Amino acid sequence: MTTDLGYGMTLVALALAVYGGAAAAVGARTGRPALVESAQHAALGVFVLITACFALLTYAFLAFDFSVRYVATNTNLGTPFYYRITGVWGALEGSIILWSWMLGLYTLIVILRHRDSARELYPWALATMLGILAFFLLVMTVAAPPFQRQEPVPADGRGLNPLLEDTGMITHPVALYLGFTGFTVPFAFALAALITGRVGDTWLVLTRRWAIVAWYFLSLGLLIGGWWSYHVLGWGGYWAWDPVENAAFMPWLTGTAFLHSVMIQERRRMLKLWNISLVILTFSLTLFGTFLTRSGVIASVHAFTQGSIGVFFLSFLALVVLTALGLVAWRWEALRSQGELDSVVSRESAFLLNNVLLIAAAFTVFFGTVFPLLSEAVRGVKVSVGAPFFNQVNVPLFLSLVFLMGVGPLIAWRRASWENLKRNFVWPVALGIAAAAAAFTLGVRSVLAAVTFATTVFVGATIAVDFVRATRARMRTGETLLPAMGGLLRRHNRRYGGFVVHLGILIIVLGVTGSHAWSVQTETTLKRGETAQLAGYRFRFDGLTAVEESNHFKVVGAFTVSNSRVLDVLRPAKKFYPQEQSPIAYVDYRLGLKEDIYLVLGDFARDGTQATVKLQVNRLVSWIWIGGVVLTLGAVLAILPERRRPA
Amino acid sequence: MNRRGKFIVGGAVIAAALGYMIYAGVTQSAVYFVTPAELRASAVPGKAYRLGGMVVPGSLKWEARSLELSFTLSDGSATVPVRHKGTPPDLFAESRGAVVEGSWTADGYFKASLIMAKHSEEYKAPHDTTQAGYKELIKTLRGEGR
Repeated sequence: MTTDLGYGMTLVALALAVYGGAAAAVGARTGRPALVESAQHAALGVFVLITACFALLTYAFLAFDFSVRYVATNTNLGTPFYYRITGVWGALEGSIILWSWMLGLYTLIVILRHRDSARELYPWALATMLGILAFFLLVMTVAAPPFQRQEPVPADGRGLNPLLEDTGMITHPVALYLGFTGFTVPFAFALAALITGRVGDTWLVLTRRWAIVAWYFLSLGLLIGGWWSYHVLGWGGYWAWDPVENAAFMPWLTGTAFLHSVMIQERRRMLKLWNISLVILTFSLTLFGTFLTRSGVIASVHAFTQGSIGVFFLSFLALVVLTALGLVAWRWEALRSQGELDSVVSRESAFLLNNVLLIAAAFTVFFGTVFPLLSEAVRGVKVSVGAPFFNQVNVPLFLSLVFLMGVGPLIAWRRASWENLKRNFVWPVALGIAAAAAAFTLGVRSVLAAVTFATTVFVGATIAVDFVRATRARMRTGETLLPAMGGLLRRHNRRYGGFVVHLGILIIVLGVTGSHAWSVQTETTLKRGETAQLAGYRFRFDGLTAVEESNHFKVVGAFTVSNSRVLDVLRPAKKFYPQEQSPIAYVDYRLGLKEDIYLVLGDFARDGTQATVKLQVNRLVSWIWIGGVVLTLGAVLAILPERRRPA
Repeated sequence: MNRRGKFIVGGAVIAAALGYMIYAGVTQSAVYFVTPAELRASAVPGKAYRLGGMVVPGSLKWEARSLELSFTLSDGSATVPVRHKGTPPDLFAESRGAVVEGSWTADGYFKASLIMAKHSEEYKAPHDTTQAGYKELIKTLRGEGR
């Protein structure tokens, strides 16, 4: 029953999306507004149907309807209410529904916002979005159908992957997918610009804020992913250069590049071709990421042919890239630059270099991620490059990018004079050098840490210089300090939103550097009452207890942590789920601004007298999350409508 | 030199630097995937390998106090003794697949710096035997803990 209804609705939605896409395109081509209007109705219908599918699947989860295979594999009678809802998108089929739903939502917002404002581009953008939506609905009907019957209907389901029983499961995928799907909007308008030949600034101005919205969600998704990895996976890290992470990081890098290069086109009418290409690249990378993570190709080149999902995504990716490239070739003449670079020492070239470095980083990540596939396909030997490769190549790139973050926003457009350079950079450079010296005197012997520290201080100082100067300028007109600062943030919200994002990145950089340079860990086996020491802390093993939960039970170790006094009792555990072959570690930690104390229970004696525990003191990690909050606040500030003049 | 020339030279320098970094990165951190038979055939001491196989039943030894873990990996045709310092990961067990990263030593064993247990995502009915094991465990712990 449920499966038939769900499948039927998916089919109708697919038909409507195909019709809507075609109607919008024909309407645009022949100039018939009635057809475009019909396409709008179709889009609304598609959204309603996907929402109904989503609701139906959620209901099946809540009602334990194990006649739906997807429900039977991803939940069981013991799964708590909360995780029955997040379980809806806990695996591939449900993620595709969530993805399509978001795409449908974005399509509706595009209709509401742009149907009257962008007469020429809008119908083609609508056609593109409905076309992409049709692809995802096709995946939902053929390659990864969530509404498949399970026969015979089992008495109980298998259960959700225990690692996904975490509050991060509601926010992480939602943010990440909103980011991924969000880049569809700039892509749709870019295609519309190419098709209509209006490759000037209109599409860019229309999609600029959309790109920031998508970027905001993607950043949020990545950050929450890092937090999930840190507090759930129990290896004490937040980023492993895992293919799944890289898949989301690549579009983030190219999207970041786009947010910067947009400014050059707006100011100097240059880089039209580059901007169009970046949008196409970013959107293609979101598809590529899905292909990479969902097709099983990472495990082996030969794995992805086992399921049809890989073939689907690869074919669609090829279609998207070829169509886009064909259109670019067709509009080649119109895409040529009107402006020209005047000087190597200018804001344009700082931004250009920023773009080149971001693309280089994206390429590096891409290369490292697909390297095992390339070597397996070409040489027949499977060779992988791990975290050392990514770190080694990316650290210099990222450091240069951070440095440019200080230079770019302050250096003059066109050609920077000595005056301009002196006025803006003397103090920041001096402070940066002083910071390096201070770090050295304080005993920092890692060159990388010292250079990073100096660079962040330099960039922080440039932001301060700019902000102080602009505030002073406003105060000269009679405003007092706080209204002057507030007015600055409001009236120039895009510029200062960008600065706040930069500040967030600086804080993250400090956290990452600190955690890499100064974190310490050890592993030890303790008898009850015995104490281990690490970094000035004492850890006493007090014993084990067993606790039964609704869908698993756990063995909990108690460790008293103290330095000069008792600080806390930490309780890392091992959870045993009946559907899993092995236990799952449950981390316990005490977060701090300076350092986190982080405990993972390893092995234990069955009589409870002895436990093996991994002890970590992770330095400055909290600053990564703090920087993340600052960064997202900056992005929100930049998204707000610009208010140049007092209302 | 004109501006265009400067930008071309600049671009070429960046591309060359990136190419070199990638090349150096790959040669320094490449890890070769091998089976026990392949490793036996051509092991170079000190080179980084990722070795995959099945943990031979009865070979697993874990000394909690000294954190010394040793076991044998097999691919059916050859076996390789592996040693590691640290707790075995959650999914690691005898007769299961495992992948270890490390290097071959001149003393005739594989020194693993990292152990990854292979996780099967397929549906498996819960084993009654392990369930019974857990129940017994919970009882023991309850008795001890209170």
